[in-house]
Amino acid sequence: MMASTQMPRPVPAGVSSLATGVRGGTEGPAVEFRNIDIAYGKFVAVRDFSLAIDKGSFVTLLGPSGCGKTTILRAIAGLVGISAGEISIGGRRIDGIPIYKRNIGLVFQNYALFPHKTVFDNVAFGLKYRNVPKPEIRQRVTEALEMVRLPGSEKKLPSQLSGGQQQRIALARAIVFQPEVLLLDEPLSALDANMREEMRVEIKKIQKATGITALFVTHDQDEALAMSDRIVVMNSGVMEQTGTPHAVYEQPETRFVASFLGKANLLSGTMTGVAGGRATVELPDARKVTVATDASPAKGAAVTLVLRPQKLAVGAPAGADLVGTVTSASYLGSSVLYEIDSGGSVLHAANLIEGRPFEEGETVGISLPASGVVLLDADGRRLR
Amino acid sequence: MAAAQSWSIYDRRLAWALAAPAAILLAVLLVAPVLMMAVYTFYTFVTAGVESATLTLDNWKEFLTDSYYHGFLWKTMRVGAITAIVSAVLGYFPAYFIWATTFRHKWLLLLLLIVPFWISFTIRTFSWIHILGEQGLINVTLLKLGVIDQPLTMLYTEGAVIMGLTHFLLPYMILNVYVSLESIDRTLISAAQSMGCTSAQAFREVTLPLSLPGLAAGLLLCFVLAAGSYVTPQLLGSGRDALFGNLIYDTIMGELNWPMGATLSIVLFVVLGFFAAIYTRYMGMSQIVKGLGG
Repeated sequence: MMASTQMPRPVPAGVSSLATGVRGGTEGPAVEFRNIDIAYGKFVAVRDFSLAIDKGSFVTLLGPSGCGKTTILRAIAGLVGISAGEISIGGRRIDGIPIYKRNIGLVFQNYALFPHKTVFDNVAFGLKYRNVPKPEIRQRVTEALEMVRLPGSEKKLPSQLSGGQQQRIALARAIVFQPEVLLLDEPLSALDANMREEMRVEIKKIQKATGITALFVTHDQDEALAMSDRIVVMNSGVMEQTGTPHAVYEQPETRFVASFLGKANLLSGTMTGVAGGRATVELPDARKVTVATDASPAKGAAVTLVLRPQKLAVGAPAGADLVGTVTSASYLGSSVLYEIDSGGSVLHAANLIEGRPFEEGETVGISLPASGVVLLDADGRRLR
Repeated sequence: MAAAQSWSIYDRRLAWALAAPAAILLAVLLVAPVLMMAVYTFYTFVTAGVESATLTLDNWKEFLTDSYYHGFLWKTMRVGAITAIVSAVLGYFPAYFIWATTFRHKWLLLLLLIVPFWISFTIRTFSWIHILGEQGLINVTLLKLGVIDQPLTMLYTEGAVIMGLTHFLLPYMILNVYVSLESIDRTLISAAQSMGCTSAQAFREVTLPLSLPGLAAGLLLCFVLAAGSYVTPQLLGSGRDALFGNLIYDTIMGELNWPMGATLSIVLFVVLGFFAAIYTRYMGMSQIVKGLGG
């Protein structure tokens, strides 16, 4: 019911095109979405989504719940239909073919192990339906269990394993038949915090070792930053930005990305002058700050400064860019988190500790980063 | 409970107090009568309506040696088993349908299952007489259409009894199967399909095995209720189609032989209890409770 006529659609600013998505390989992408729409009745869950995923890369769809990330994953898996566009895996169009012919590995949030089958039968399941001979099944299951560091667990039932172990088995089950793409639907969110970090490393290791193409869905920015080769930030069914974790974090293209991915201080003001890579912004309380930026907006434009807490250096008031009062200081051992009231707005700063940390009530100075401050325009898009 | 050393989620005395009314009712109205019946099996039958408290094993000897009783017991087991299996075969599909449908008002379908319970069971059973009888709906229609020239004998047969029992028990079967289907995590089916199963294969690998506990609970419930039934064979069966329940009725109300009637009652009680115990051992009684709770 969506877009029955294929019109060229405007590409939102900050969304890289398909061409930039492919990182130089001569063979085609492992997975490719071309302008897909997914609608549930009248509700459009995903709009005009295009993405190419390189073979062997680890790509994360990141966004808040309801942003459409899981819907996209379900669309590759064949669990939901798309209303427009094309999906291909390894150059083969798959949006018309049934799920069981797609050759994908799926790992679910709730593990989805077959409770009535042993670990062996769970892991062997995909091989059985690919008519792999029995001795080979046995060998490959053994290898897969070794890979997830649970050798010898063949005869156990899923209920005899801990949550983390069950998720390892689910991972073994999804990779044992060497699918063309591994889909991970929030696989860590059911685990407790310690196990989550361990599994994060483990999944990444296994993905590297097998060279499998992985598409990971999460709402957890730390997971996305730690695991991904590329992050795709989604919001309300639309792609906001895609890039390496470093690029997405350091150069957010939109206000949404800036605030969703990590903490950010967003300071609004008006441009009063640009010269030599430095922009002067007048804050609402008439204070002026000058920041180093690559952007060159017009004078008088409304802008928002994106300042990461780690980049705000808290020190003596003399000579600092901004002056404020510490309202809260949380000492974390290696670093300290400050909340600083500066001219009515609260700034968050995270500093490594050098000497004595500042205390609540102290007047401090804040130095802004020496380069690469991102400026957003009135619509929340990055200024160039 | 073992882990809760320092605190307890309920007060032990309060638990006893809350359980006491039900426990007392069960003891007075169920356990005591059954024990009395058990004692009665050792009384001596003098003549119709008269028995003496002289203890004897004659009733048990008679039951164990007289093949007349064995025949009834075997027939009762057979009718119970056939009814249970027919109900399972007929009941699985509607249960599966209700589970799988995307129809928004699923509760309406479940309500339909309960609608028959609004009409008295006896009246529902009687209604079959007007359908299956010699002057019943089917025979009259077929005679008028000229398909047959002699009325078919359908009523007062074992088939009629099994049909009546199936009619009575089908909702129990459907509810039991439905509840166990409902407890299946649907992502398991997606997982199976993603690994290469067609829908039919995913049903065989995942849905069917995981719904077996409900099917087994339904089978047990239907078997026990059918084998213990009395009204249906009385109304829809001939004398030859009587089940153990009718035999007990005749022994007590017809022959006025209370000791033998008590013996037969205890036999049926033990045999059906045996099947329920086996089931509980391997499946757990909670499945039936879930099924009955809808």
